[in-house]
Amino acid sequence: MSKCAACHNPLKDGTGPALKDLEQRHKWADHNELLKWINNPAVYMKDDPYTQGLKAKYNNLMMTGFADVTLKDVDDMVAYINDAAKEKPKTAVTEEKPATSSSLIFGIISLILAIIALILMRVNSSLKKLSDEAEGISRPDPVPFYKNKIYIAILALALFILAGYFLSKAAIGLGRQKDYQPEQPIYYSHKVHAGINQVNCLYCHGGAWESKSATIPSVNVCMNCHKGIQTYEKGPKLYTEEGVEVNGTAEIMKLYEYAGFDPKNAAAWDPSKAKPIEWVKIHNLPDHVYFSHAQHTRAGKVQCQSCHGEITAMDEVKQVAELSMGWCVNCHRQTKVDFNYDSTKGNKFYSIYEKFHNDIKNHKMDSVTVKDIGGLECQKCHY
Amino acid sequence: MNNNKYWQSFGEVNDPENHKKLNQDEFHEELPFEAFDGKGLIDAKSPRRDFLKYLGFSTAAATIAASCKVPVRKAIPYANKPENLVPGVAKYYATTYVQDGDVVPVLAKVRDGRPIKIEGNELSAYTNGGTSARAQASVLDLYDLYRTKFPIHHTKDGVNNEIPSFDDADKLVADAMKAAGGSVVLLTSTIVSPSTKEIIAKFPGLKHVQYDAVSYGGMLLANKESFGNSGIPSYNFGAAKVIVSLGADFLGTWLSPVEFAAGYAKGRKIDEKNPVMSKHYQFEGHLSMTGSNADERFTHRPSEVGNVALALAAAVGVTGASANVGDLQKAIDKVAADLKGAGGAALVVCGSNNKNIQLVVNAINNAIGAYGTTIDWSRPVNYRQGVDGDMAQLIADMEAGTVGTLMIYGANPAYTWYDADKFKAALKKVKVTVSFNEKMDETTELCEYIIPSHHYLESWGDAEPKAGITSFIQPTIYPLFKTRPFQTSLLKWSLPAGQASGNDTDYETYFKAYWTGKLGGEVAFNTALQNGIVEVPAAGGASYNSSGVATAASAVAGYKKGTGTEVMLYQKVSIGTGSQAGNPWLQELPDPVSKATWDNYAVISIKKAEELGIKLDTDYEYYPQKPTIEVTVGNKKITIPALVFPGMQADTIAIAVGYGRNEAIGVTAAGVGVNVYGLAAFNGFSVDNYAVGASVTNLKKSYKIAQTQKHNSYENRKEVVRETTLASFKKYPDVIPAFSEELKDAFYKNSNNDYRQATLYPQHDQPGIKWGMSIDMNSCTGCSACIVACHAENNVPVVGKSEVLRYHDMHWLRIDRYFISDEKNPDALKGVVFQPMMCQHCDNAPCENVCPVAATNHSSEGINQMTYNRCIGTRYCANNCPYKVRRFNWADYTGADSFKDNRDQKLVGKLDSVIEQMNDDLTRMVLNPDVTVRSRGVIEKCSFCFQRLQASKLEAKKENRPLKDGDVKTACQAACATGAIVFGNVHDKESHIYKTREENSKRSFAVLEQLHVLPNVTYMAKIRNTDEEDAHWGGGHEGGGEHKAEGGHEAKADSVLPSATKPEEAHH
Repeated sequence: MSKCAACHNPLKDGTGPALKDLEQRHKWADHNELLKWINNPAVYMKDDPYTQGLKAKYNNLMMTGFADVTLKDVDDMVAYINDAAKEKPKTAVTEEKPATSSSLIFGIISLILAIIALILMRVNSSLKKLSDEAEGISRPDPVPFYKNKIYIAILALALFILAGYFLSKAAIGLGRQKDYQPEQPIYYSHKVHAGINQVNCLYCHGGAWESKSATIPSVNVCMNCHKGIQTYEKGPKLYTEEGVEVNGTAEIMKLYEYAGFDPKNAAAWDPSKAKPIEWVKIHNLPDHVYFSHAQHTRAGKVQCQSCHGEITAMDEVKQVAELSMGWCVNCHRQTKVDFNYDSTKGNKFYSIYEKFHNDIKNHKMDSVTVKDIGGLECQKCHY
Repeated sequence: MNNNKYWQSFGEVNDPENHKKLNQDEFHEELPFEAFDGKGLIDAKSPRRDFLKYLGFSTAAATIAASCKVPVRKAIPYANKPENLVPGVAKYYATTYVQDGDVVPVLAKVRDGRPIKIEGNELSAYTNGGTSARAQASVLDLYDLYRTKFPIHHTKDGVNNEIPSFDDADKLVADAMKAAGGSVVLLTSTIVSPSTKEIIAKFPGLKHVQYDAVSYGGMLLANKESFGNSGIPSYNFGAAKVIVSLGADFLGTWLSPVEFAAGYAKGRKIDEKNPVMSKHYQFEGHLSMTGSNADERFTHRPSEVGNVALALAAAVGVTGASANVGDLQKAIDKVAADLKGAGGAALVVCGSNNKNIQLVVNAINNAIGAYGTTIDWSRPVNYRQGVDGDMAQLIADMEAGTVGTLMIYGANPAYTWYDADKFKAALKKVKVTVSFNEKMDETTELCEYIIPSHHYLESWGDAEPKAGITSFIQPTIYPLFKTRPFQTSLLKWSLPAGQASGNDTDYETYFKAYWTGKLGGEVAFNTALQNGIVEVPAAGGASYNSSGVATAASAVAGYKKGTGTEVMLYQKVSIGTGSQAGNPWLQELPDPVSKATWDNYAVISIKKAEELGIKLDTDYEYYPQKPTIEVTVGNKKITIPALVFPGMQADTIAIAVGYGRNEAIGVTAAGVGVNVYGLAAFNGFSVDNYAVGASVTNLKKSYKIAQTQKHNSYENRKEVVRETTLASFKKYPDVIPAFSEELKDAFYKNSNNDYRQATLYPQHDQPGIKWGMSIDMNSCTGCSACIVACHAENNVPVVGKSEVLRYHDMHWLRIDRYFISDEKNPDALKGVVFQPMMCQHCDNAPCENVCPVAATNHSSEGINQMTYNRCIGTRYCANNCPYKVRRFNWADYTGADSFKDNRDQKLVGKLDSVIEQMNDDLTRMVLNPDVTVRSRGVIEKCSFCFQRLQASKLEAKKENRPLKDGDVKTACQAACATGAIVFGNVHDKESHIYKTREENSKRSFAVLEQLHVLPNVTYMAKIRNTDEEDAHWGGGHEGGGEHKAEGGHEAKADSVLPSATKPEEAHH
């Protein structure tokens, strides 16, 4: 699926045509024909004017062949396209929690009470002074409160605790960059790519499936599609965080500059002349933390959005998660591993956890979390 | 357990009380505290107020520094990502470590484009996927700062000019060669590459001389007479039931130690049900690593090796041989009887470089039927091809002025030739001198044109270690510097007949064409590169011809018997001939026997020490200052520190070659040790590796030698090493488990036999995996490949000599060496035990509960974890570790600190310059990105290669399968040629580790069982194959039965177990 989505969209034309109403076109009602085409486009095209025409229409780009696609895959795919064509694309529902103002109310009440207490104390001392004068007792002038050692001590202590609290909190938070949203060399909109055009995350960030690093795509990966898509026309208007409108086509031109690609003379492009793009790294972990994307996306089946937020709605990417140890560990406490509760489910790696299998059988536990397999241990991430 | 004394130092034997007292301190220097001089705190150099000021200032400074803007980090992807390359995922390329004829087929682990680790190639059957310390360390040589970085024209007035391009270099050299006339000679170390040999052969008029720093020319000449084949056969130590080595260090440095150790170990693995093992006799002058592993060892003067060989020949029935070896005759008779009784499954090897002696050895091997069984002529080996006579002839030619052009590759005679001055003088008479060597070594700096070659990890190439077995070399990184394969130079400079310009192909093209042709196509060639190894059926053969023996025997009989002191030149497993001396990992690698780093020294016998007035008291052992002696051989004098060994021939002094390099080799090797190649002597056809008629005087001075020997005292706990003889083991197989039980009982009894009450540790569950390791001390030869592998894998820092002297060495894995001897007579060495010692990953880890910040704690897989970023450096854990395996970063060894000045430790001075070399950006390319580089002030230790465990588990999860046995190997295990280390999941009943422990229950034990720390590393006792029964091994066991054992053990338990009687001491 991810392979198709790199170039096709059910509803819109991308690098390749929109796949809506696929079965009404050409011979595609016969899925065997479709399979032949997908498995080896070059061979199929030889004596098929329709697909030859398609190639001409889409910038002379030939579809990549996928020899491993089976008939069942094709059936599933067509079913999916038909469903997608019926449904309107879901709009992201954003829930806004009502802001809790109770803490503010309590704060105001405490402040009022404190002021009242202070006034009362002043009143008390004044009355005492008056009564003393009335009774003729002469006392030394009372120490003004700002010179009162008890007040000063209490104040100092309170300040110390407060400062200590904030200082340590700030110290712990040093180097954390939640909401970091730097300007990138090219205005690349994840919303346009991953959201509207539904390009699979792994198409560009393939490392996330294989490696510890998710990897940023190289210029040649961008050019896979952008050799064909040379302008930005149909999508929504793009704005920077400051509200300045961005010309999408101009941004694509920036990519061409890096790639050394001349859209007017596409055939002459030499990919080896491309220059790498210096993206600004957003998600930074300290050097002593080992984080593996493959472990999370592939073994743990965690969605990208769990940590990176609603990436499909972001024009410019920002860091959504705190990326603090507490944040990691909390997730490890709650998240269930892909445990093989029976032979049909889960990852067979966990078959060696005999104790858990027995406990589940005996209803001592109902699920296995990351914590249970040692996900809170220091050396899982620090070694 | 028995009456043998296991000891590491003379102090322990001669002055146990004082030794014990001194060793109570972890470090034996005074701590650098400022003395209070009675002026009171306020007037002290750093009074309290200053302290508060500093505190305040540093807090403020840190706050300001930290609140600065976080730097913008860039993420730069490839412009065009190479296919099949995923950043963050390592690739392994089969290649071959080739160094002057040493060949080890290896895999290079390449991470994001840079090779960072060497592994053995398991497809290479004859090395069993093993490696050597030097092969492991070779990856660091690639990033050596002192490699020659571009072609150089070294002008007559001593200026080094960079030659701008190779084309210019070609023209310069070609013109010079034309002008010079005379003969063209290529001087190399042994060339094992068949394609290179072809290139050399095709070079018109080129004379090729091969020269090895430590030569095997004697063998080559002898084999030519015996077999008509100037080669060396394959030795199959695995097939030999009786192995006799006449001074050959075949497990450490002789010919092909990785291969031989792999074979040797086959005969040393013991099946408990039917314990048999090979029998290894060693005759030698000094205590070598191989000698340390021998079952029975006899010493003789180095000059007597011929005599011993003759006597052995006579005893096995070689006609025409006879010799008088005095006291050794009894031993010779016994060895000969064993050799004859082995039915061909016997093998005699000899380290001598004398043709006549090797002829006698050939006769012995023929007489005992070794040819065809343990010695295989169907696959002659190519490891060494140099004959010293050729070299001597070349020097004569050079002196005569007939050599017009001399090209040098690999060889370094200005350093390694016994008469280097003569070579240097002769070199001046050669008109054109070209060196292809990678570094500015002693010979290269005398050459006019320097065209540096690639490191092997940057090269294409091939190596044919044995006839019919080819191991390929492919580049793993783009050349770092402006270097070129020397074969390309040869191709370009060779002028095919009738042509004015040279061949224009480069070596890469030539090599590809050569092998696609040979293998029959591109596909076969690619497969060969991928596997690294191509093996064609053995075809060779040779028949023995005894005609030369009689002459040889009479020649050997005529050799002068040595008198006085003799000097034996040997190689260390770390430095070898010295070609990798600039490698910090190797310099810091402790010698297996002496445990000394960073130096060579004269090894002398106890008797010689007495003669020289060196007292073997605690002072000698305890302090690093060693007596300095002067050794005079002929008119050559050297001054060198002395170390005293047991088990030496009384009048033999052994000194390692490979030290005393020049400055240009790098800060690591410069000034380390003394060059002793000059002490060797030429016997007319080859260079002997010993010198007779030496005199020695005690200079009454001292020199500090950085030994790691006593660093890790066990405070007299003897329950560490278990070993016995095969005879005892057969007779009383249950002694080791019984002793273990007894130690455990001693612990339990003090806790009213209540297991749970006996410990304050929590119960750690291992629901899935439990990692465990088993180390067979019978297979471990001490070769130390594992230590270097651990260095490379885990970014273990090098600390330099000054820090090793302060006991700050950082090796996560050390190999403890214990001498076995009678208590009364330490010189009567019965054997040596090597015990690899690393974190034991105790289930009840004493380090864990003393850490105030929980930086070390237990994992659910049975691993004792160490979290560097949490450690605050109290070192409580190191103090509480009974195995002393935790290492503390006393200084900024790795450059991981934010402040550069931290490498100047003020009070004790700057760290050695080698640290700066290790921290250069180029050298740091060798770091493993999967392991944190530790900063100053934290503890570190063996992690069971946790990064590998994580990677293998992820791989299994990706493939949706359980973890298979063998999926993961620790670095030490993978490096081991003898398979001494077994690692795996002990919960898996099918695993190798589980089976190893089950099948070897009679030999398995954990170290210091009475402490009840429940280590996850177990050891298998060493068994020496002798008929001698340990006098007390049987003890109360006679007649078997546990009841009887009880009484006898009770008493002994008290005597050997200080901790059993005082359990609180052992446990708090």
